[in-house]
Amino acid sequence: MPRYSKKHISFRLNGEQTEVAFAPHKTLLEVLREDLNLTGTKHGCELGECGTCAILVDGRSILSCLMLGLDAEGRDVKTIEGMASGAELHPLQQTFADLGAAQCGYCSPGFLLVAEELLKKSPNPARAEIQEALSGNLCRCTGYIKIYEAVELAAARMRGEEVELPKESIYGLD
Amino acid sequence: MANDLNIIGKPFRKVDARAKCVGQTKFADDIVLPRMLFCKMLRSHLPHALIKSIDVSKALALPGVFAVVTGKDFPIPYGILPVSQDEHALCIDKVRFIGDPVAAVAAIDEDVAFDAMNLIEVEYEPLDTVSSIDEAVLIDEPRIHDYGDHGNVHKKVSLEFGNVEDGFAEADLVREDVFFYEGNTHLPLEQHAAVAHFDSDGKITLWSSTQTPHYVHRALAKVLGLPASHIRVIATPNGGGFGGKSDPFNHEVVVCKLSMLTGRPVKVTLTREEVFYCHRGRHPVLMKVKTGVKNDGAITAMHFQSFLDGGAYGSYGVASTFYTGALQTVTYDVPRYKFQGLRAFTNKAPCGPKRGHGTPQPRYALEVHLDKIAEQLGLDPVEIRRNHLVAPNTVTANYLRIGSMGLGTCIDKVVEGSRWKERFSWDQSNRKLPFGKGIGIACSSYICGAGLPIYWNNMPQSGVQLRLDRQGGVCVMCGSTDIGQGSDSILAYIVAEILGIDPFDIRVVTADTDLTPVDLGSYSSRVTLMTGNAAIQAAERARELLVMAVAEKLSVPIENLSLAERRVFDVENPDVSVSFAEAVVLAESKFGTIGTVGSYTPPRSPGKFKGSGVGPSPAYSYSAAVAEVDVNPDTGIVVVERVWMAHDIGRSINPMLVMGQVEGSVYMGLGEILMEEMAYRENRNVVHKFPSLLEYKSPTTMEMCDVKTYLVEDPDPNGPYGAKEVGQGPLLPVPPAVANAVYNAVGVRIDEVPITPEKVLRALKDKSRGRTGRFGPGSVPSVDWPDPLRVLTPAEGGDGSEMPRVAVHS
Repeated sequence: MPRYSKKHISFRLNGEQTEVAFAPHKTLLEVLREDLNLTGTKHGCELGECGTCAILVDGRSILSCLMLGLDAEGRDVKTIEGMASGAELHPLQQTFADLGAAQCGYCSPGFLLVAEELLKKSPNPARAEIQEALSGNLCRCTGYIKIYEAVELAAARMRGEEVELPKESIYGLD
Repeated sequence: MANDLNIIGKPFRKVDARAKCVGQTKFADDIVLPRMLFCKMLRSHLPHALIKSIDVSKALALPGVFAVVTGKDFPIPYGILPVSQDEHALCIDKVRFIGDPVAAVAAIDEDVAFDAMNLIEVEYEPLDTVSSIDEAVLIDEPRIHDYGDHGNVHKKVSLEFGNVEDGFAEADLVREDVFFYEGNTHLPLEQHAAVAHFDSDGKITLWSSTQTPHYVHRALAKVLGLPASHIRVIATPNGGGFGGKSDPFNHEVVVCKLSMLTGRPVKVTLTREEVFYCHRGRHPVLMKVKTGVKNDGAITAMHFQSFLDGGAYGSYGVASTFYTGALQTVTYDVPRYKFQGLRAFTNKAPCGPKRGHGTPQPRYALEVHLDKIAEQLGLDPVEIRRNHLVAPNTVTANYLRIGSMGLGTCIDKVVEGSRWKERFSWDQSNRKLPFGKGIGIACSSYICGAGLPIYWNNMPQSGVQLRLDRQGGVCVMCGSTDIGQGSDSILAYIVAEILGIDPFDIRVVTADTDLTPVDLGSYSSRVTLMTGNAAIQAAERARELLVMAVAEKLSVPIENLSLAERRVFDVENPDVSVSFAEAVVLAESKFGTIGTVGSYTPPRSPGKFKGSGVGPSPAYSYSAAVAEVDVNPDTGIVVVERVWMAHDIGRSINPMLVMGQVEGSVYMGLGEILMEEMAYRENRNVVHKFPSLLEYKSPTTMEMCDVKTYLVEDPDPNGPYGAKEVGQGPLLPVPPAVANAVYNAVGVRIDEVPITPEKVLRALKDKSRGRTGRFGPGSVPSVDWPDPLRVLTPAEGGDGSEMPRVAVHS
């Protein structure tokens, strides 16, 4: 039977004040997935190697597999479930979906939140800056290119610019 | 025809894309059922040992433990191929590699399961190990398995099409090279996970991260002793597959059994380390290729030998072995061809199919070998390829029927895009690019589905069922499994095209053995071609019912009716129309409930000889790549700056998804040529060097190169709307194109994959001392090959049958 008495924390989760009790050795990743049923946050290694479990804590991206749940006390946590505004997708979610930046989709939550952090700091990032910002997230499907394009298109839309994706990104070169 | 299409060829979003971007997609580990238990498996820490005893009493006594199972609970073997039923869900009397599971527990939570697992006591008697191809060929005892060709040789094959010696005699140059391609692994970001639920009706449901629910279904029926009709397998969306989730796995069997024993749902989620032990990835392959050519580069004969390090179990290995010899003939004309292949058992994680299944290794060898031949003959590497292409609509020496063949156009595209002619020169003393910069070219081809199913039968390989309801709803059901490539979306696009509705109007239900007609699974790049053709048939049958009913209602000839924009209308007078939903009501009123089916069976292969089952396909995709590299001669570090890739897709069902597959294939090929290694310590313990995502190096955003993609559309009559595959083929030319570019950059040949800085430096050092400047294997093991099975080529008047073995009279 469970051998640990649960500990209780209170924190902000996707904009809502949240209370939860869990075994004290659990990582925030486990607390989110197992105790709060927010399974949108994924795991790829649980050793801090792949970026799949990235979430935002107080606006900064962290690997939830390396943070104890107890350390979330009083913090402001955002997961993929809190990225859209109601039914309206975040521009990054929209472009990731529309451009095929999510193939299997397993790494997408981590990429989306890290990209959101990037665009807050840098609304018009160069390609190299995007690569640098996303270098801690592994994707095995896309070769990252559609992800860059999705970030660039979302950034442009968030700046209020009307842009189209270059034709060769969708149809290839002539 | 292209202009008449409303959906096909357009960059629609995938039908499941939004769910994936909001965290709503339910992967296997996201499933939580009431009263669910957690499973952990105890795995062997020894590479080869007899199991003397297993004591589970302490584990069973731990509070919170509900069941413990061992090998004796799983007496029936299974395996993906009928000829390799060599796995047990838990080892019975011996373990064959580090990671082979011996016992499993079901407990109230993962922590308790973990503690219980560590309380299981196993007494082993270690056995000598077999850790390499060389050892497997030399060491007959102890045998890892008691079946196979002999000793630790799992399988030997020997085939000869025409007489290669005649071909070598005609040649102006005969060249022989030896290559090694290290193994590597799929590394899907989602670790394998499964949930089993044995319900109150005595039926079992398994949700699993599998690419092949149909084969898992078959294996469970065999091993669990339940009727197949009482087993339901649901493949959850795969968080990446790449071939790594194509076998029935021990953990899938184990959770079913634990659920049957406990009456509660049981979940297993593998750790990343365990995924490395599941493996089934790229075989390490040692290869020798000997080719005879005329002075213009025309091939007169080829003899290819491959030696595969198979790891501890059969898996797909027999097929993999044939694949290392099958597709050499489909790019350039090879009039006579001999193939000898050997697969060895070793005490390592089993190898199997990874993206390109058995073909990236020989393709790398062939394309680098061809580059060397071109240099020797003073030919441009482009011309030696471009001038000797296999003609479309022909049959190769080894009886592969080629349909459309767009490789020439592919080559032209990348040659032009990369400004090849301005930048390439063999002459190191008169370089066109500065020393350290280089370009290289390679081409390839891949199957669009295997012509024969794993279990030979006369049934379709893919089935689709359509249901139309009176509200205008359309549900398409198919056994195919979306592993991220977009196979669910392909079904929706095709049905929407034919029924004139929007893809997002359609409900797609897939990969559920209770609800969906069989599709064999997401492997061999078969899904778009086969499910696409089945979907076309089902949708056209539904369209037929709709137009018959509408024609009667509108008093319009059937042939005048068209379906588009959610309406059925008279093409001569578009105002005469009904809505799609009204059309369904009319059809349901006339015919009753509307449901149709479609199915697809590939055409018969012309090959009839034993071994002709691997290689035939309804169509072949083609790719050409030019890689541009920067090699630092002081550090040996290779940076791939850009890859130009042209892919003959036949026709894009959705170009955006095709682009994604091309870019992802380039990425994975780049990882294989530069860094990825499934490598083991070079001592007798056969310990995996780095079973973790950090130490198993794969490309991040910082290593990924720029990709310039060209999609060549040469529709194939066997493809749906002419479509061919794209998921695997574009990986194939990347490793050899990079290897050839490295040679162009610094003048050394790295005949062993991956091309690490250490190898480049060693070759450069070697060259600076006046030697060859090559890093790679020197020879292949000496093996007693069986007499080859001989087949006359089509050009020699052969009919695809093997020649009778002639008795030698003394």
